Amino acid sequence: MKILVTVKRVPDPDMKVRVNAEGTGIVEDNMKFVINPFDEIAVEEGLRIKEKKGEGEVVIVAIGPSVVQEQIRAALAMGADRGIHVDVDSYPDPLNTAKLLKAVAEKEAPNIVIMGKQAVDDDYGQAGQMLAAMLGWAQATFAYKVEIADDNSKATVTREVDGGLETIEIDLPAVVTADLRLNEPRYASLPGIMKAKTKPMDVFKPADLGVELSPVLELVRMEEPPPRKGGIIVETVDELLDKLRNEAKVI
Amino acid sequence: MEFFPDVFEIFEMPEELKLLRDSTRKLVNEKLIPREREIDETGKIPEDLLNTFKELGYFGITIPQEYGGIGAGFTGYVLVQEELARTHECFNAIISANNGIGSLGILYDGTEEQKKKYLPRLASGEWLASFALTEPNAGSDAASIKTRAVKEGSKYILNGTKHFITRGDIADIFIVMAVTDPSKGARGISAFIVEKNFPGVRVARRHESMGSDVVGQAEIVFEDAEVPEENLIGEEGKGFKTAQKVLNDGRLGMAARALGTSKRLFEEAVRYSTERVQFGQPICQFQGIQWMLAEVAALIYHMQWAVYSTALLHEKRPRINKEASIVKFMATEWAWRIADIALQIHGGMGYMKDFPIERFLRDLRALRIVEGTTEIHKNIIAREILRMAG
Repeated sequence: MKILVTVKRVPDPDMKVRVNAEGTGIVEDNMKFVINPFDEIAVEEGLRIKEKKGEGEVVIVAIGPSVVQEQIRAALAMGADRGIHVDVDSYPDPLNTAKLLKAVAEKEAPNIVIMGKQAVDDDYGQAGQMLAAMLGWAQATFAYKVEIADDNSKATVTREVDGGLETIEIDLPAVVTADLRLNEPRYASLPGIMKAKTKPMDVFKPADLGVELSPVLELVRMEEPPPRKGGIIVETVDELLDKLRNEAKVI
Repeated sequence: MEFFPDVFEIFEMPEELKLLRDSTRKLVNEKLIPREREIDETGKIPEDLLNTFKELGYFGITIPQEYGGIGAGFTGYVLVQEELARTHECFNAIISANNGIGSLGILYDGTEEQKKKYLPRLASGEWLASFALTEPNAGSDAASIKTRAVKEGSKYILNGTKHFITRGDIADIFIVMAVTDPSKGARGISAFIVEKNFPGVRVARRHESMGSDVVGQAEIVFEDAEVPEENLIGEEGKGFKTAQKVLNDGRLGMAARALGTSKRLFEEAVRYSTERVQFGQPICQFQGIQWMLAEVAALIYHMQWAVYSTALLHEKRPRINKEASIVKFMATEWAWRIADIALQIHGGMGYMKDFPIERFLRDLRALRIVEGTTEIHKNIIAREILRMAG
């Protein structure tokens, strides 16, 4: 069983993010970067599938500048077997991300690709679906539970849908995207951390994978939400209605 | 955004240490900080967290891989201590002897048999270690200990009392300093590995203290305690040297803990001052509070560079006596000042147990005393100055 898991480097969601003066991106000084939390769930699921099967390989792939190797190593420290770094200067848009991942998937021929349902930095949530379509594989998004058939030919995936759960069966190979409740990722053990640096990591340029990047999306402007104004305490219901009607103009 | 620059941006350190630091920080934020109040109320480390520490390998950070440890080295352990100091002090306290004074003596000067027998058990956390030097009449003047070890056949017979022994009531082994030759002063002291089940070893009582009492201190009595001769560490008369080596390593760890707790207190003070409204505005808008926050930030900034440049200096050379003393005494004094300022910013709230500030203040007070008081460290620094002056 070969499991390919994608990880993206994102700003630590617990930290306050500030937009730079030009409105072209975020201030990166003194920022901490982590594995996208949904991708961390994907890594955990990959490891659990391998452990349950008692055999297999978990391969981590990340796209971006050389700093993304930190996130690959973090996934290797959790227990993944080896890493693939697709070396590009900046983070591509979802379509180009999917193109690069398609090339990696064709090269590696995994039984399953597991991704986070979205990255928490840009929140696009597109790459998984695009990748499945490009490969012509089945897809199961917003996964809540994943079970692999004994002969690795099919997967039963329970998905989070509006107001409940939906269980589907898909043919493998397939692309599965992880939702929040799929699992609780483990902490890297200290021996795992020390071992991570000795695990193999291949580096490819897009050209090595036969992919030419052609951006289809341009970031025009980024801005922070307006600062929250302090609340006030109103004396009566009439006063509240008056303010909602005449000041906030919401009713 | 973090207020303080990351030490990994400034210093060349192995990338696995960053992973170790970040992973520990994640554990602290997600699993440990939410349980602080429970720990303080019950006075116990929850069993599930203790098991997590064992499973992840935190008891063997400094023990080499060939003896079942992680082998993350001195700087790795300093980084972990800083992160753990951001939460309840019991976590540093529970792992400290297995990573430091309870295992390093065996590692530095022990026989191969001793290393193979004890280090893997300490690295896994199956056994807890403890370091027994201090006696009721021998504190800062550690060479004046009275516990005697007399050789009889293939055994040493130990008699004496040790007190203020951290983890003394729960430890499985003690590294005990005892006098084998009273005529030779410090050169007549030897180090022994004493298992708690050896005949004649008794925990007399657990001390009650101002803080740091989840993992507490105890009094240990040796009454004709029998220690096999193969449990002597190194040679007779070399015990004090072994003790000095492991204590030197520990001092920078104390500074790292002062740093970690200071950063947490800073975060708490900043948050509280932006949320607490008095006289119609958040108190952080008052210049008096701003100057307090600025002072705390400046002290932490200096502590951080002092701790990590000295840790890296130690990776290059073993003897860092005066440097370790400088950093230990300054960092622990400043942390105490920072705790006082953080409590003052919180006002009456800071004095209440609803906030963690008063607990940090109580626990921090010990750091100015343990592993050499501030005054002893000033003596060490002064001695080095005068030696240089000829």
